[in-house]
Amino acid sequence: MNDAEIRAVALATLKSIAPEIEEDELRGDHPLRRQVDLDSMDWLNFLLGLHDKLKVEIPEADYAKLVTLDEVVAYLAAKSP
Amino acid sequence: MIEFKLPSLGADMDDGRLLEWKVQPGDVVKKGQVVAIVDTSKTAVDVESWQEGTVAELIVVPGEKIPVGTVLATFLEPGEKPGTARPAPRPAGLPTLAAPAGTPSPGTRRMVSPAARKHAQEKGLDIATIAGTGPRGAVTLEDVERQAAIKPSGPAGVPVGKNAEMRRAIAAAMARSKREIPHYYVAESIPMGAALAWLTQENARRPMGERLLPAALLLKAVALALQRFPELNGFFRDGAFQAAAKVHLGVAISMRAGGLIAPALLAAESKPLTQLMQELTDLVKRCRAGSLKSSEISEPTITVTNLGDQGSESVFGVIYPPQVALVGFGRIADRPWAENGGLKLMPAVTASLSADHRVSDGHRGALFLIEVRELLQRPEEFDK
Repeated sequence: MNDAEIRAVALATLKSIAPEIEEDELRGDHPLRRQVDLDSMDWLNFLLGLHDKLKVEIPEADYAKLVTLDEVVAYLAAKSP
Repeated sequence: MIEFKLPSLGADMDDGRLLEWKVQPGDVVKKGQVVAIVDTSKTAVDVESWQEGTVAELIVVPGEKIPVGTVLATFLEPGEKPGTARPAPRPAGLPTLAAPAGTPSPGTRRMVSPAARKHAQEKGLDIATIAGTGPRGAVTLEDVERQAAIKPSGPAGVPVGKNAEMRRAIAAAMARSKREIPHYYVAESIPMGAALAWLTQENARRPMGERLLPAALLLKAVALALQRFPELNGFFRDGAFQAAAKVHLGVAISMRAGGLIAPALLAAESKPLTQLMQELTDLVKRCRAGSLKSSEISEPTITVTNLGDQGSESVFGVIYPPQVALVGFGRIADRPWAENGGLKLMPAVTASLSADHRVSDGHRGALFLIEVRELLQRPEEFDK
């Protein structure tokens, strides 16, 4: 899967949790949780959704690396089978 | 003959709109079975039956708005034969939906997809007024979108439909609380170093789907502490307090479109952490999708509001009547912490208690928060 495909999966997962988001207004290099109102359970569900769709294991210790959408995509691309 | 009435689903509910029957005349109903879906001012609720029986007559038609206490349907008690009981009183002017037992009539059942219901709620549309084009007349997401395109929404910035109703419901309950309940408040800083260290270790060995959030620990600690403080857990009704036997922990859940609902984690004190976390996840999901059960809405014996990691430092809540207490948790954050004559960094959370002075005093309230603090120093013992 290439970066664009992974980004599309990430956005679809995000939309399933926060249907109100406007993709065009999301900045990939800004902290995601500042732009989208995600509480800690939303965040957990977001990562769980990515795990289910992409079969990527995300240890809790790595959560700190996943701040922006760009970082999430890069992380998943590196770990994606 | 059993009368199945519209239950009150909270202090802020005077009436509801029947959306859909989940049973037909002739169906056998078990205890706890979802019988109907009713729209309250806040959300759609799956209304359960607390009695066993066989559906005799469906009295209220989907789409009808009815006050709390209205007889929605009649059931035959186990062993009772049809026709042996007197007919149930029926509100004047309501058309009947009765069908002979055993012959379910198509068309009386309004099928609505969960996505369609949720979308209609967000758009402030009344699902009963939307024509369904799906299989067997089901209302689909497309039907709702088509209707939403026709119906103009209100002026920008003015809440319409569901949002306005939600605000009215919250206003009514909170105004009643502030009018009737003499609140007192106490707060306590709770060190979370031990709890978070245990959580990190625990989560490292758990599969992703079973990881715990700090919220699960906070909720469990409250539920366990309440067992020793029954004066904070129960209802104040008709001038007297009744303590509850179990801790049905109301969890304040914010809705994405605004407003909040606080459904219950039932018997939270007796559930292992993993189960509590799963039930919390499920509760939040269903709350936002508009498929809560009536027992979850009507039974919370106390409410917890947890602001989470994006929240502010502390919160002092307004008690949800007829409950008598509300526990608030702010954001867990590193703080300078004095311990053993030294100063260090410590993750900590401010826990607060708003409680009803008619039932308890600040001294007991303070002891309760200290109990919560002590419990949170030993999370490994929660499941013992």
